[in-house]
Amino acid sequence: MADLKKKRMLTDKIFKVIFLIFISLGLVVLAALIYDIVSKGMVMLDWEFFTRFDSRFPEKAGIKAGLFGTIYVIGLMIPITFFVGTATAIYLEEYAPKNKLTDLIKLNIANLAGIPSIIYGMLGLGVFVRYLNMGRSVLAGALTLSLLVLPVVIVSAQEALKSVPDSLRNASYALGANHWHTVYKVVLPSALPSILTGFILAISRAIGETAPLIMMGALTFVMFTPQGIMDSFTVIPIQIFNWTSLPKVEFELVAASGSLLLLILLFILNGLATFIRYKYSRK
Amino acid sequence: MSDLKNENKKSWTSLFFDPKIRYMNSKKNKNGLVNYVLLLTTLISLITTIGIIIILLTDSFHFFEQVPVFDFLTGTNWNPLIEPNKSYGVLPLVAGTMMITLGSALIAIPVGLGSAIYLTEYASTRFSKIIKPIMEILAGVPTVVYGYFALTFITPNILKPIFPNIQTFNALSASIAVGIMILPMVISLSEDALNAVPESIRQGAYAMGSTRFEVASRVMVPSALSGILSSFILAISRAIGETMIVAVAAGMRPQLTSSFLKPIQTMTGFIVQISMGDTPVGSLSYYTIFAVGLLLFLMTLSLNIISHLILKKYREVYQ
Amino acid sequence: MSNQNVLEIKNVDFFYDDFQALENITMDIEKNKVTALIGPSGCGKSTFLRTINRMNDLIEGARLEGDILFDGESIYQENVDVVNLRKRIGMVFQQPNPFPKSIFENVAYGPKIHGVTDKAELEEIVVESLKGAALYDEVKDRLDKSALGLSGGQQQRLCIARALAVKPEVLLMDEPASALDPVATAKIEDLIEELKNNYSIVIVTHSMQQAARVSDLTGFFLMGELVEYDKTNKIFENPADQRTEDYITGRFG
Repeated sequence: MADLKKKRMLTDKIFKVIFLIFISLGLVVLAALIYDIVSKGMVMLDWEFFTRFDSRFPEKAGIKAGLFGTIYVIGLMIPITFFVGTATAIYLEEYAPKNKLTDLIKLNIANLAGIPSIIYGMLGLGVFVRYLNMGRSVLAGALTLSLLVLPVVIVSAQEALKSVPDSLRNASYALGANHWHTVYKVVLPSALPSILTGFILAISRAIGETAPLIMMGALTFVMFTPQGIMDSFTVIPIQIFNWTSLPKVEFELVAASGSLLLLILLFILNGLATFIRYKYSRK
Repeated sequence: MSDLKNENKKSWTSLFFDPKIRYMNSKKNKNGLVNYVLLLTTLISLITTIGIIIILLTDSFHFFEQVPVFDFLTGTNWNPLIEPNKSYGVLPLVAGTMMITLGSALIAIPVGLGSAIYLTEYASTRFSKIIKPIMEILAGVPTVVYGYFALTFITPNILKPIFPNIQTFNALSASIAVGIMILPMVISLSEDALNAVPESIRQGAYAMGSTRFEVASRVMVPSALSGILSSFILAISRAIGETMIVAVAAGMRPQLTSSFLKPIQTMTGFIVQISMGDTPVGSLSYYTIFAVGLLLFLMTLSLNIISHLILKKYREVYQ
Repeated sequence: MSNQNVLEIKNVDFFYDDFQALENITMDIEKNKVTALIGPSGCGKSTFLRTINRMNDLIEGARLEGDILFDGESIYQENVDVVNLRKRIGMVFQQPNPFPKSIFENVAYGPKIHGVTDKAELEEIVVESLKGAALYDEVKDRLDKSALGLSGGQQQRLCIARALAVKPEVLLMDEPASALDPVATAKIEDLIEELKNNYSIVIVTHSMQQAARVSDLTGFFLMGELVEYDKTNKIFENPADQRTEDYITGRFG
């Protein structure tokens, strides 16, 4: 009996150590990744990195094209995604009846969330670039990325709306407000912080997306910045991708600088989302 | 109550709008417009799915006009670009995808489940509070950066010392990176599943004189099994669709090999490769993208459906 | 250290972080008797029950000062084997909490983790425990069916059978019948009457009538204090403390 006891306690302890190692694995990798990117990225990171275009010479390569491209594409994408995503969530949570059609729509959205990003690139290529003749433009890119992150935005906005207590809605109705008024003036403002948090995280994901934009024709070696939404473009992650595939060893450092920039952007956005989450959760 | 008459007239609209809510719209015109705007934006999601299916089907159709489906699915030689012996057997790509998926699953599934168990049974809340944001960061790292990390750090610093024969582009480093990428997903979903088991059951198990490991392995995991399995399947589906990590680190060599030390090419890697090149629109090589894309779509779709069915059918219901 | 007392509680103070839930509790639990703990909601009786099998260890910030002796030995020392403690002191909860497994597997869980692997032996234990909980006749034909398919009262008796299967010495019951209908409650009370022959039972109950019906000794808790502890007859017919009398006669609680 005592032996079994020892064995059981030993098993418990052994697995505790194993599981702890497992969790540490993720931490260790993240630390290694950050260390690697920061140490390599700082080498060639200076102001000129942001003001120069790409070049055949690593010392002269800069991220200006990608930076502006990202700003244009994401900038265009933000209002589109926010409007369509929030509107869809409002419809699903506040207007739609509980019937099979609504279930189908929700199922469809959940499914879209699981489709690989490169397939969205094919969609963008076939519909926006070709069929709607937008060409390989900023507009096509923004629309493609919007569709990509839309499911995530919708689901998180739905959750935000769901968590608004009914008592708030009832209070509004009791004062004689109609449905839209209640939604727009009472429910939405209350859910807004959570909606924003989910939205910011989705945007930070979009900034790092590479495959769908490559697919729909964003260029890799670009020496100009877009001037309008119908211009062709590149984005930061595509420039990074390009640099990683070049043979000259120094480009590895340039790629690291680009990656460092991406990580910093990611950090800022995540921090912003977390800040909003904490500031408004007290209420 | 007079609105009831109106509802019978416009019964089709009750399909899209909750009848109970309509009677609160006193200013009909203005709100009618809003209703339809909202409905239209929602339909965008439906149109997206239809669009994907149409694009994939029509362009693959052009491919399968020229290459028999059987040859595509069973051929072991993938050489769609280079004359003279163009060949369209997709198996090397599928094998490449499977290798990456297998490798990443071998990492992410045990580590992910083990971490979730640690968080729910062993860790203090302080520990969890620190871990959660870190996992979120891990999940947010752009895949191209993971690819870069695999190529320039994992392969030379970690793998080369162990496997001196390893090539610069290899399946192993990409597998590891993909594994790390899907890890937060497995942890988060498994943890949700474990936390959904009622606390009373957990307490009951401890009250019987069980160790933490026994509670976790004999009671908690079996009680949360459908959620945990579904999380595994979703993670695998994500790994199959992963593009940039393999494009950067795994190489562009479609070859049937069982060695993780060699370069391979996945379905997604191939699609990117073609897109970067000068493939004329309308050529067979161009349509190959969509055939491979269709296969990819069907694979991930099936997995997502299976995961959904497992949750729906086997979700444990606690009174 | 007389062998009449299976548990000795000595000057126990209990805290959840800074909040003191129990104050200076001293009592002896007698062997093979039923001891009832009564008192208004929130007075600490459930917390007290959980100190006996150290279930409060699962709550962060929980802290105990004082000591509890089980069979003469302290259970709050450094290297006490809590896992074994919970084998010797079993617990039945307020809401029935069977595992989502078959009826057989629920009862067999305890013996299995404590080392019984022989199939025949397990079967014997399961049958014996189910009989001991007066449930066997009702479920003998569906031992492999899910326990979640049983009624509330049956589930609770299953939980009792599950607790009995590891052959504890003490059985702690936290309002075991409060979620059940009167018929099921009566069955549980009859069961308690029988079980005390082989086990020492401590039962928390919010029903004074139940305490009067089933217990030999009763302790009255109020705001974390043990106000009075004596033979059940004495408590209900002639309480020594005015607060006890007020509670019994329904002036509060």
